[in-house]
Amino acid sequence: MLTSRKYLTRSARFAAVAAIAVASTFGVAAQATDITGAGSSFVYPVMSKWSAAYAEKTGNHLNYQSVGSGAGIAQIKEGTIDFGASDAPMKAEDLQKYGLGQFPIVVGGIVPVVNITGVQADQIKLDGVTLADIFLGKITNWNDPKIAALNAGLTLPAGKITVVHRSDGSGTSFNFTNYLSKVNPEWASKIKFGTAVEWPTGVGGKGNEGVSQYVRQIKGSIGYVEYAYAVKNKLAWVDLKNASGNFMKPSADAFAAAAATADWASAKDFNLIMTNAPGAQAWPITATTWMIMYKTPKNAGNSKVAFDFFKYALENGQKAASDLDYVPLPAPLVSKIEAYWASEYKH
Amino acid sequence: MSSPYLRRRITNALAMVMSTLATLVGLAFLAWILWETLRQGISALDLKLFTKITAYGESGGLANAMVGSLIINFIGIAIATPIGVLAGTWLAEYADRTRLGESIRFLNDILLSAPSIVMGLFVYTIIVLPTTVLTHGSTTFSGFAGGVALALIALPVIVRTTDEMLRLVPSTLREAALSLGVPQWKLTLQILIRAARSGIITGVLLALARISGETAPLLFTAFGNNYMAINPIEKMSSLPQIIYQYANDPGDAMHALAWAGAFVITMFVLLLSLASRLILSRTKVSHD
Amino acid sequence: MPANQAALPIDILEQRSHRDARHERLFRWLLKGCALIVLASLLGAAGATLWGGREAFSAFGWHFLVSSAWDPGNDVYGAVVPVYGTIATSLIALLIAVPISFGIAVYLSEVAPAWLRTPVASAIELLAGIPSIIYGMWGLFVFAPFFANHIKPWLTNNLGNKPDDGKLSWVAEHVPFVGKLFGSDYPFGASILVAGIVLAVMIIPFISSVMREVFQTVPTRLKESAYALGSSTWEVSWDIVLPYTRSAVIGGIFLGLGRALGETMAVTFVLGNAMHLSASLLDPGASIASTIANQFSEATGLQKSSLMALAFLLFVVTFVVLLIARLMLRQLARKEGR
Repeated sequence: MLTSRKYLTRSARFAAVAAIAVASTFGVAAQATDITGAGSSFVYPVMSKWSAAYAEKTGNHLNYQSVGSGAGIAQIKEGTIDFGASDAPMKAEDLQKYGLGQFPIVVGGIVPVVNITGVQADQIKLDGVTLADIFLGKITNWNDPKIAALNAGLTLPAGKITVVHRSDGSGTSFNFTNYLSKVNPEWASKIKFGTAVEWPTGVGGKGNEGVSQYVRQIKGSIGYVEYAYAVKNKLAWVDLKNASGNFMKPSADAFAAAAATADWASAKDFNLIMTNAPGAQAWPITATTWMIMYKTPKNAGNSKVAFDFFKYALENGQKAASDLDYVPLPAPLVSKIEAYWASEYKH
Repeated sequence: MSSPYLRRRITNALAMVMSTLATLVGLAFLAWILWETLRQGISALDLKLFTKITAYGESGGLANAMVGSLIINFIGIAIATPIGVLAGTWLAEYADRTRLGESIRFLNDILLSAPSIVMGLFVYTIIVLPTTVLTHGSTTFSGFAGGVALALIALPVIVRTTDEMLRLVPSTLREAALSLGVPQWKLTLQILIRAARSGIITGVLLALARISGETAPLLFTAFGNNYMAINPIEKMSSLPQIIYQYANDPGDAMHALAWAGAFVITMFVLLLSLASRLILSRTKVSHD
Repeated sequence: MPANQAALPIDILEQRSHRDARHERLFRWLLKGCALIVLASLLGAAGATLWGGREAFSAFGWHFLVSSAWDPGNDVYGAVVPVYGTIATSLIALLIAVPISFGIAVYLSEVAPAWLRTPVASAIELLAGIPSIIYGMWGLFVFAPFFANHIKPWLTNNLGNKPDDGKLSWVAEHVPFVGKLFGSDYPFGASILVAGIVLAVMIIPFISSVMREVFQTVPTRLKESAYALGSSTWEVSWDIVLPYTRSAVIGGIFLGLGRALGETMAVTFVLGNAMHLSASLLDPGASIASTIANQFSEATGLQKSSLMALAFLLFVVTFVVLLIARLMLRQLARKEGR
């Protein structure tokens, strides 16, 4: 047993060494600029691909985490991140109050999917009113005359419809319910639209993956997921009637048509929800995600790198986006966005 | 054989069978879950899981998430263990049956059931936001904040188990030491804690097992990092968060990575618990 | 006293006792400080949720506690559905986990041969190391479909009030409540019962580890005296070991209960997340933790405040449950003359 004095000096020396070792790790400086973004999970895959390519090109690291659009907005307001990503546009008063600007970055589609014995993808057709009635719980059987009226030539079994919706708040729900509100007045007055609503019927799956799983497992179910999930999970999607009256199947071209025909010119701060777009070849439930940044940056260096990244993504990231089943923004829209940067943001 | 004796024999046999069945049920679920995890994750279990950092698609690994998890869990347990053991000791030795002791014990049990996301938000408010303001935005989220959030989750577990284990040490030990003139603090530190050591370590391991699988508290504290980070001041990735992220992805390659990551966590906890049992078993305290 | 004279024994003793008293005080302060940190954490966390939920409480008042609405579109929220789900799932989890954990603890301390003890104990503890999200994923992908295909039809047809062929079984007709509890016309597995079962598997390792540890601390003298008088193994476990370790066993059960009440990820995947109140255990529901986890990232304004109010209510629910448990224990102790 060491006597107390020896023990004291020994432990003091050990403590000093440990302290120095710990302190030295704190001094490591970052070589390149690290920027942080957070928000929508819709764009997580394409953000990851873009940031990897960008890091290879410039050495700057982009850290994007999908914590949800609401959390992304909250965090950009608190200044803990460099840019936020939201599936729902911020209102003009909010942008004004916090000194923020927003612009779209990529487009994707949301598709209703079904699990009916004997029905493949592209076989069943629905229009907005019927779709909303199903989700309202007013149409409860697959052999309902309203569905049969749209599907001459397709025999539908007499099964109960199980509605699958999202249990978590999400931009996918936001756009889906927004579409239902635009086409079905009962939905608009009773349920309205939002990232989470009071679903009148059905079961809630967590995330697009949860909804996909439920639709796969439950016979006679209908749900809604992002296009990439329908493709990868080989779900049977529904052809929808768009605003021009054509029944469209979901595809990159249909989403692009919706993005092209949407009226961006009259939307200040790009505040335009693209559902039920007027184009003849447009897919009715097309969505975009907005990047939100401070007009006067809190950290000028980070802000500059962020804009450089977005420029790279908009101008060079088209292939990466379409590989992941997104639709890159059309060129006129890209020029509009870059003009917005020049006029609204201080560099 | 008289009837009561037969009845007792039957009850005993029945009880032994039921307890064996209960164990088999527990083991069956374990095997089922592990089998599923392995089956789904086997395609991603290779060396690059440990050497490459997270990247979208099939070329990525989980190296930065593993390192981040190790660091954040270590910080969490390093903060929670001394505070928890000392608090549990106070409850058992100095405040047993006092008003304050009973209240803190009660409140500690309430803390046990707090949803982990609430702890994360609490730490966000008291550490992340002030740090952002104080450092003018250069440090916001950090692995350290994540560690504190995990410590708050681990703390009540350690307090509870330390408290209970110390109270089970027979008073003969205490009285023998006191009668020899050992001051109470020495008695507590060198005799009682050593006697209850096995139980306390179990508590710490249970707490570690619990926090190594937590996602929600890290979302708003450690935030996550797509690149390798070893400095706790930086944002850090963690395995549970990556698993959560990848589980929600449409692709199967990402799913396999998620299951593989889960398998790694489980094996890590297993190894740690086996190692600590091995170290403990050399000095087993006998209870007579 | 001259410097070259050795100190008297009495002086040394006095010095030592002063030093010991000082160390004693320091030690006591240190310990108390740590305990107060625990107190501060709880008050901080509970206070943060109360503060976050103030908007909801002032908007809805007491109505929040009895309303089963949850309408983000019209901004009306109520706590009944999540609170019911939390209590129901945790209760089911405890009902399943406590007997199984006790069985495991008895097996490991009395029945198992010595060479089998450590492997089986480590295996059971492994259940604690599986991340909760894996429980959720396993539940969603594997267990819930299995339950829906093999167990649920049996339950709804033999015990429920909505059997497939329309004929109620004897049990459903004559035993009260059973029909309502097991009647369901949903074709999938996500339900309160499945969430309760998954929770039970999650908390078994916590309860059984603590039980096993404390069973080992029972003095062998006590057990051997009982054996010497002719007790069987079961009688020793039930009548000697359990009462001796009762307080610690209750502590272990509280550990499991705490985990069950606050568990987020696993429950979210298998509970079905339907904000409708249903009497049936086989219908989907919602719990406080899963509701918060699901909606927090996207919530703003009154919805966010309502979620924080729900979190505060979880503290309250835990408080009430523990209070009831403690009062029951005190009654028991009083009967035994303590």
